[in-house]
Amino acid sequence: PNPGPTLFFQSGRPLASGVRSGLGLPMNRTKGDEEEYWNSSKFKAFTFDDEDDELSQLKESKRAVNSLRDFVDDDDDDDLERVSWSGEPVGSISWSIRETAGNSGSTHEGREQLKSRNSFSSYAQLPKPTSTYSLSSFFRGRTRPGSFQSLSDALSDTPAKTYAPELGRPKGEYRDYSNDWSPSDTVRRLRKGKVCSLERFRSLQDKLQLLEEAVSMHDGNVITAVLIFLKRTLCKEILFRELEVRQVALRHLIHFLKEIGDQKLLLDLFRFLDRTEELALSHYREHLNIQDPEKRKEFLKTCIGLPFSAEDSAHIQDHYTLLERQIIIEANDRHLELAGQTEIFRKHPRKASILNMPLVTTLFYSCFYHYTEAEGTFSSPINLKKTFKIPDKQYVLTALAARAKLRAWHDVDALFTTKNWLGYTKKRAPIGFHRVVEILHKNSAPVQILQEYVNLVEDVDTKLNLATKFKCHDVVIDTCRDLKDRQQLLAYRSKVDKGSAEEEKIDALLSSPQIRWKN
Amino acid sequence: MAAHLSYGRVNLNVLREAVRRELREFLDKCAGSKAIVWDEYLTGPFGLIAQYSLLKEHEVEKMFTLKGNRLPAADVKNIIFFVRPRLELMDIIAENVLSEDRRGPARDFHILFVPRRSLLCEQRLKDLGVLGSFIHREEYSLDLIPFDGDLLSMESESAFKECYLEGDQTSLYHAAKGLMTLQALYGTIPQIFGKGECARQVANMMIRMKREFTGSQNSIFPVFDNLLLLDRNVDLLTPLATQLTYEGLIDEIYGIQNSYVKLPPEKFAPKKQGDGGKDLPTEAKKLQLNSAEELYAEIRDKNFNAVGSVLSKKAKVISAAFEERHNAKTVGEIKQFVSQLPHMQAARGSLANHTSIAELIKDVTTSEDFFDKLTVEQEFMSGIDTDKVNNYIEDCIAQKHPLIKVLRLVCLQSVCNSGLKQKVLDYYKREILQTYGYEHILTLHNLEKAGLLKPQPGGRNNYPTIRKTLRLWMDDVNEQNPTDISYVYSGYAPLSVRLAQLLSRPGWRSIEEVLRILPGPHFEERQPLPTGLQKKRQPGENRVTLIFFLGGVTFAEIAALRFLSQLEDGGTEYVIATTKLMNGTSWIEALMERPF
Repeated sequence: PNPGPTLFFQSGRPLASGVRSGLGLPMNRTKGDEEEYWNSSKFKAFTFDDEDDELSQLKESKRAVNSLRDFVDDDDDDDLERVSWSGEPVGSISWSIRETAGNSGSTHEGREQLKSRNSFSSYAQLPKPTSTYSLSSFFRGRTRPGSFQSLSDALSDTPAKTYAPELGRPKGEYRDYSNDWSPSDTVRRLRKGKVCSLERFRSLQDKLQLLEEAVSMHDGNVITAVLIFLKRTLCKEILFRELEVRQVALRHLIHFLKEIGDQKLLLDLFRFLDRTEELALSHYREHLNIQDPEKRKEFLKTCIGLPFSAEDSAHIQDHYTLLERQIIIEANDRHLELAGQTEIFRKHPRKASILNMPLVTTLFYSCFYHYTEAEGTFSSPINLKKTFKIPDKQYVLTALAARAKLRAWHDVDALFTTKNWLGYTKKRAPIGFHRVVEILHKNSAPVQILQEYVNLVEDVDTKLNLATKFKCHDVVIDTCRDLKDRQQLLAYRSKVDKGSAEEEKIDALLSSPQIRWKN
Repeated sequence: MAAHLSYGRVNLNVLREAVRRELREFLDKCAGSKAIVWDEYLTGPFGLIAQYSLLKEHEVEKMFTLKGNRLPAADVKNIIFFVRPRLELMDIIAENVLSEDRRGPARDFHILFVPRRSLLCEQRLKDLGVLGSFIHREEYSLDLIPFDGDLLSMESESAFKECYLEGDQTSLYHAAKGLMTLQALYGTIPQIFGKGECARQVANMMIRMKREFTGSQNSIFPVFDNLLLLDRNVDLLTPLATQLTYEGLIDEIYGIQNSYVKLPPEKFAPKKQGDGGKDLPTEAKKLQLNSAEELYAEIRDKNFNAVGSVLSKKAKVISAAFEERHNAKTVGEIKQFVSQLPHMQAARGSLANHTSIAELIKDVTTSEDFFDKLTVEQEFMSGIDTDKVNNYIEDCIAQKHPLIKVLRLVCLQSVCNSGLKQKVLDYYKREILQTYGYEHILTLHNLEKAGLLKPQPGGRNNYPTIRKTLRLWMDDVNEQNPTDISYVYSGYAPLSVRLAQLLSRPGWRSIEEVLRILPGPHFEERQPLPTGLQKKRQPGENRVTLIFFLGGVTFAEIAALRFLSQLEDGGTEYVIATTKLMNGTSWIEALMERPF
């Protein structure tokens, strides 16, 4: 007994037939010069043309495989493949990390005491690389005695890959090399990870030549090393000016500044280059690192008026306004919730704070907790709609979802009811009633409610599909009758309960002599 | 061990052996017992070149993942950090080193940077006061990692972003270095073709590097006939579309990492008698996917629609093989049967796994939403309604589908329209920002900079020209027995692979006009060979092309290239290299802006 195979074939919907015909793709559209091309084209997606055949074959394959288990299961197939259950092959590196680390026992020992001394945060506060940096100072001796001796022999054999030994030697021993290194020698040495001091390049010309050599080698690591040196030894204006005409190096510097988080110099650079939009975006990006909502809000305020594109400016302004609102709403609602006097918060306690949520989520929240509030309050949905110029469609969609979740069917009804000047009411949905039905169904609206909206769907096929999908029997039956589609009605009969009112209704229709069926 | 690497036209085991040797040499430099502290990201790629046993042979006794605070206790002489050159990792290493208990036995620290030492990182270590604590600080240039007999990857997830957004060429430099290593092992590649800005750069670097190494003449007979360097931004379209090959779909749905996939365990539960299915495992089932598994090698590149029939045929064959036991009468026959048993059991296990995976995938591909998404993608790729707001995308935003899915679709529309009309673009932007949060303005800017989502310049749409000239949309797709690469997307032929195909026959001169529309220069370089190494091709012998995707490649593109390799009169076999194996989702994800 194995439940596996059935799952595979539950929804054996033929993909291609849907793509070709079901969705009404504009197959025969003409588009000027593409006419010929398109008239001959049709969509091919996933074709399960010979589906039945193939699926039954597959079922068979599954059965066959499973029937073999009894015969061969004496030894577990996991042994055979030599993998642990989680699939790491036994002996693989990630598997071994778990295995060997597991034995070490005292992983946590002493951690607590250490925390106070050596917590991570204390490193985070360490200054980021600053201008006191010097490449040569990398290479000064090691701090731990004892570690040097054991490997010093091996080290001097491979000076190419280690810094320390060479610099440990007295100066005279290598003076010959160091003073003669040209920019290109120096760059070549840096590239191979060898020692070299950049300090001897004093004139601007030398420094720039060094940079050009580095750039021509394309080695980002060396380019960055030279840039660090230039950053330290040149004044900002000269550095910027020279990089402006050296685009590759400039891009590396920008990337490097981003990486080390030297926001101040980065902004100065953008300002110098007159790259105003990048300057604005780069400044704005900093808000991501500010957790405190008040501080974040204040920071966003400083972004307003920066030289964003016109479109973006509006969005940045909205971002600020939204957070400002959210802070007010949050304070107010937290208070209401704690006081426990307001029914809606008692019945539906808030799951999370509204701070930093997107606009649409905020609108949903406001439609959920503050639906009836007057337009004057910050938390009222109408106020949000106006302030942020939320389009009708978006508003209705969100309000519908919120009110349906609360099962406030009256509100739902009101959302779609419009009165004309004669006082007649009419149902209208800017989002299309098929969407309304989907959303209502998702919020488990009762059939009577669903039925009402399914009936408002204009396209007959869509209506019939939705009605069938959501078991709005009356709608299906009435639609079939209107379509005079006897076959479909007959087919539907098998889907309703035996002896139900719906079945009676169908039978009555089927035997009615007044209908002229089309089939 | 890794026999599947040597099945291809080029024996990539040679490369694997070379990098293993280098690893051994480094380990032996740190004499005595050792513990390795791993940057977790690296364990995957390393797993492809070495097992724990290799490390153990070189006295690695313990392994840990890199974490803050104090190192776990380990009675070893050496502690070696295996890390990528990233600043945040340096902070953690410093913390480890500084927390070292000084009363305990002294231990030696070393760092192995993969793939490259970084002066920037060493400076950070120095600022944190620990640089001097390290005896060996070396690099392990694992530039190109062999994934399969015809597939190499640098697994550098940030390469695309660095190249096309930051303009940082570091990963291109690594690509060039990787290519130099390949040439050192497999001979100089006589001809280099390329398309795109980055391709040009890499070719330049290679030529320069070659000039620097002139001292040692490469005396290896060349294995590769030519190299094709392709920028990812020459073909931004392909990765955005949903891959429809078996392997591509596994990657789209579950994500393949370093040739492993993690799957929901339910369908893999061992069904033992009397088990009653009580103890369903909760941990994900992890499977390795490569050509070492015979069945997988056969089905991975097929369109998913063609996978079912293969599985069913295999099942019949295996059933029949097991039935043979009834016919085995003599001792000899029984012996023969038993000797085949392990192979048959492996085949059965493999078949069971892939039947289960096919079930999982089928659940997704038969869903209504998958179908709707595919329809929209195919409309865009064939040029329908790319210039107005799309209903389905609107719906996805309204229902708050995952942002990446929305971005993939919007970008696809933009690429298929050579940019969106300003009005349409503004509308999408606004909807996205209002629904998912204003901070995504940064991500949208990144996408624009990468050319994925942008306004249409001058109201000119070049895509129809490209589509028609390169025959990117094919009407007659045979998914079961394909005759064209377009089967991998059920109709759409990946642009990148089409370029490779046309290069090999009849040559790019036939498509000059389209090449000019696509971004970046196209070029050809020759690397002269000494006469002794020049190849005289036998009639009917295929050329071997190494195709390098700068910025990432998808499994569907790989499948398409393998399809071309296998064509009887194709004339070219491909070995594929890339900066990263990726799909549309991981690609967009890498371009999203996060807090620093």
